[in-house]
Amino acid sequence: MILSEKHQMMRKLFGQFAETEFTAELLERLEETGEFDWDIHNKMAKYGFMGTKIPVAYGGQGGDSLAYCLMVEEFARVSMVLSIYANTSNSLGAGPLLFCGTEEQKQKYVTPIAKGEKILVFALTEPGAGSDAGGTLTTAAPDGDYFVLNGRKTFISGAPFADYAVVYAKTDPSQRGSRGISMFIVDMKLPGVSCGKPENKMGIKGYPTSDVILENVRVHKSDLLGPLHKGFAAAMKTLDGGRLGVAAQGVGIAQGCLDESVRYAKERKQFGRRIADFQGISFMLAEMATELEAARELLYSAAILKDKDDPEASMRCSMAKYFATEMCNRAAYKAVQIHGGYGYIKEYKVERFYRDARITTLYEGTTQVQQMVISGGLLK
Amino acid sequence: MKILVCVKQVPDTSGAVAVKEDGTMNRAAMAAITNPDDMNAIEAALAIKDQNPGCKVIALSMGPPPAMAMLKELLAMGADEGVLISAREFGGSDTFATSQILAAAINCVGLEKEDLILCGRQAIDGDTAQVGPQIAEKLGIPQVSYASRIEKTGDTLRVRRALEDGYMTVEVKTPCLLTCIKELNTPRYMTVRGILELDGKPLKTLGYDDLKDEPLIEADTIGLKGSPTNVFKSFSPPVKGACVMMGGSGKEAVEKVFELLAQKHVI
Repeated sequence: MILSEKHQMMRKLFGQFAETEFTAELLERLEETGEFDWDIHNKMAKYGFMGTKIPVAYGGQGGDSLAYCLMVEEFARVSMVLSIYANTSNSLGAGPLLFCGTEEQKQKYVTPIAKGEKILVFALTEPGAGSDAGGTLTTAAPDGDYFVLNGRKTFISGAPFADYAVVYAKTDPSQRGSRGISMFIVDMKLPGVSCGKPENKMGIKGYPTSDVILENVRVHKSDLLGPLHKGFAAAMKTLDGGRLGVAAQGVGIAQGCLDESVRYAKERKQFGRRIADFQGISFMLAEMATELEAARELLYSAAILKDKDDPEASMRCSMAKYFATEMCNRAAYKAVQIHGGYGYIKEYKVERFYRDARITTLYEGTTQVQQMVISGGLLK
Repeated sequence: MKILVCVKQVPDTSGAVAVKEDGTMNRAAMAAITNPDDMNAIEAALAIKDQNPGCKVIALSMGPPPAMAMLKELLAMGADEGVLISAREFGGSDTFATSQILAAAINCVGLEKEDLILCGRQAIDGDTAQVGPQIAEKLGIPQVSYASRIEKTGDTLRVRRALEDGYMTVEVKTPCLLTCIKELNTPRYMTVRGILELDGKPLKTLGYDDLKDEPLIEADTIGLKGSPTNVFKSFSPPVKGACVMMGGSGKEAVEKVFELLAQKHVI
């Protein structure tokens, strides 16, 4: 796809920012400590990246889904975890609020999120409700002007340092499956809210993930988000946007893998020649590059369809996520293979790409869930 | 108040320098960037604008039509207007002719008492550092080169010049011209909003017809004909590798050198 001049400028901006600001020292620190880095968060916030896709009226930059994908892609090309820093607020963070919030809720919550002053996370998954989000056990019982929330959310990215969480809870226990679920904006400082110990993850280190425990948390009814008992449909709409973001991460990682592999293959000598001169290596590069371009086209077209509210958009977002994330894992595998033993050593970027790539086929709907969405669309 | 910033699109010399058979630089074969020192000048202008909301920043560049892309990037960073000075008659200008044309363009845009002109110290393709000072001379206004700090109070600027062996602080009144160095600041990035709002910002081209009546524009002061200097030959100096210091005793250092040469399959 030939990008418009403005989108080309955006790609340049995001790429320049990532290459300049995501320094080797910063990436090493994130890997070593696993802790959230406020300095780079604040720098991203200063340039408005937390609100790339959020409308100007709510403090954002007013970009479209393609702009958002380009940002995530260019950031992930250098650092997957830092792409998440700017991703969440644009997708799962502000998404549910923009879809279903009242004007008052948008002003109160979306504006500080877009400016990076506040962090909002998405709390849907539970120990027993992963792909089957309909199996939510967290409850919210009405009590005067409040709802009382009880339950446990798991694998909540960003929970340990978040200001707010959008929590999904069952408000009508008589309804089965995904029905009877509502969304609430929960202030993480409310009495009864606590976080579990941050998980020790394989990759995306530097963006802590933990459980969120809700014990008799009293949430004011003004923080009910969207219609009562109908939160799940809204969650699904938000996930479409989130899936684009993860697909963009896949494209970015694959590009990083390809760049590193091309460079290394031209540099590394074995048997008296550079390894790029061996077909076993050069064909792997050709395969990586071709699959990457295919995924990129799929991603950009899905982003454009989504902004047009095309009926095909949801399926296309799932296709993009399915293909791009599986593709980036193949690319990461080949990148490590091309690097040989060095690819297994932390000094080389592909070692990190390999571990970071793995999450992309798992979170925001596994590959199999995407296949369910796609086949569901075909067979309806 | 306005700040006129003179910028140049230059080939990115951080990679290999492409040279044509006739010895001149092959600009088409190299990536184009905004001259780094000019980015510091733009940043300085935008920083002054941040403190003085009524201030207008105008980016001026003389160059072929592709330089328009650079001006758009400067608008997306926060500049208010872009002016491209472009005409066949201006082609082949050396620093004398270029400053002649830029000074005429600045006269055409209009230089008022409280205005400021900022230039980068020098362009990475020519490295002369002559254009900024020559513009000031031709406009008959004061100039301060090598600005490493600028403090503005009303119509007075306190500028710290970076010299080889120290700093010199001078005060100057507007209108004046400053040339900016890297030490002055860190240029900001574009923003998505800035890119999306480009359409609302004026971007115009000044051609020969627009400037021909300016007193500085004469057939023998512009373009190749008006240039006292001509490029005889350009070439890439042989590439030197990055220097690696080998610590330890002489013997240890020699062993390390042998190890490195073996790793690189030299021995």
